[in-house]
Amino acid sequence: MKKLINAPDAVVREALEGMEHAYGDRLRISYDPAFIVRSDAPVQGKVGIVSGGGSGHEPMHGGFVGMGMLDAACPGEVFTSPTPDQMLEATKAVDGGAGVLHIVKNYTGDVMNFEMAADLAKGEGIEVEAVVTNDDVAVQDSLYTAGRRGVGITVIAEKICGAAAEERKSLAEVAEICRRVNGEGRSMGMALTPCMTPSSGEPSFELGEDEMEIGIGIHGEPGRYREPMAPAAQVVDRLATAVVEDLPYNSGDRVLAMVNGMGGTPLIELFVVYRELHRFLQERGITIERRLVGNYITSLEMAGCSITLLRLDDELTRLWDAPVDTPALRWGA
Amino acid sequence: MTEEAATIDHAGVLAWIRRYAAVIEEHRVELVRLDTAIGDGDHGTNMDRGMKKVLEKLDGSEGDDIGATLKAVGMTLVSSVGGAAGPLYGTLFLQMGTATAGSSTLDVGALADALDAGVKGVQARGKAEPGDKTMVDALLPAVAALREAQADGGVGPAAAAERAAAAAEEGMKATIPMEARKGRASYLGPRSVGHQDPGATSSYLLLRSAGEAFATA
Repeated sequence: MKKLINAPDAVVREALEGMEHAYGDRLRISYDPAFIVRSDAPVQGKVGIVSGGGSGHEPMHGGFVGMGMLDAACPGEVFTSPTPDQMLEATKAVDGGAGVLHIVKNYTGDVMNFEMAADLAKGEGIEVEAVVTNDDVAVQDSLYTAGRRGVGITVIAEKICGAAAEERKSLAEVAEICRRVNGEGRSMGMALTPCMTPSSGEPSFELGEDEMEIGIGIHGEPGRYREPMAPAAQVVDRLATAVVEDLPYNSGDRVLAMVNGMGGTPLIELFVVYRELHRFLQERGITIERRLVGNYITSLEMAGCSITLLRLDDELTRLWDAPVDTPALRWGA
Repeated sequence: MTEEAATIDHAGVLAWIRRYAAVIEEHRVELVRLDTAIGDGDHGTNMDRGMKKVLEKLDGSEGDDIGATLKAVGMTLVSSVGGAAGPLYGTLFLQMGTATAGSSTLDVGALADALDAGVKGVQARGKAEPGDKTMVDALLPAVAALREAQADGGVGPAAAAERAAAAAEEGMKATIPMEARKGRASYLGPRSVGHQDPGATSSYLLLRSAGEAFATA
């Protein structure tokens, strides 16, 4: 295993220390329990927004803490849910009297830990609402599984809800917007290579030189299909068809399109993917009104990409365009 | 404790928790192996880390309030285990702690009430039903066995816990042919059949530890 680290069990803490040195002017870092919070928190009268999850998906979530997006983020160990004490302290740190929204990706551990944290926070008199994102069409949704995973739409929900909170919308309104974003969003990903957690040092799965994994999760969980490698145009057709047919997105729809890198894919390839996505949607009469291309929700050094679509309305577009000032997403500020 | 005591005291509960920590350490690799087959392979490591934290916490604890001790165990697990097992085992102990708040001794009925409250908490947290291939499949039969011992009368806590452990072991083995419907194993669907559930296994070990600890307490 080759990684730019000092010691496997120090990675999360040392990365937090690096973030503190880099962004200490705008972020505060708590180490025990671990969370990242915007330095002007709590903002009085504003709904606080807290997210979190296992580490290894950077810049999500810590890189999205700042004006117009998250008030705090709780990092767990690599690919392991953070714990309720982290979420509780983060919730207390960002409560400006208007309540706190928890944005939670649908994984069993994340959901249960955030539920416990919400119970504890309510016990301390803080109003908490939670919205669980579950946009990954690669997972069959049924009563008999833990349900679809939360992936790319989480990034977009954090941005849009952050803007809604800055407008001083109420907790109920911000939570409703979050549910709407999740409901109008769908994603699917693929991998060219597996990833490797620092503690295991082993690839999360084996993939041949000439193979790709379609429907990959963000923890190196195997996908839905393993197929021979194909040109970008075919890969995009595969992912985008599954995404578009699931909601479905129809001719005349306006969308926000995100082409996301899994961590080990060069930006030049992501733009080739975006080119193909643009063609694919144009052929179906779907208009890309806003877009995001880059590494936003990653899976360590995995090579591959994911595609996320959000059907836009005027309010969601306006909230997307609103100023944001975080380490990983910044415009208009 | 006197011979065949009708109750266990605070020291007996401490002995149970310490025994469980030792048993988890002994079975860490086995739990990892079971979890690697159908989950994400960290159950043994996470539980071992959590129970070691619990031991550190207990070393400084005082008093004879069983409820307070069980709650402290729960909070420690919640903040140190992570994943899904942290909130589930944390809730189990927190609810047992609430059910025994202020008690310095427990008879078989109080033990049954405590475990019943704990398992109800686990089900509320994890939304698992019997047959979903989870720790609930080991814990519910254990509650039923404690209730039976209570109804039979004249059964001490050690003997009752042994019956509960036997029931939990049967429940654990019954998870082997089940198809998982909760947690990460549920993504495997039919491929989860034929594997013993790691959570049911660590739950059986909890009851077995109680039987062993109460017998020598």
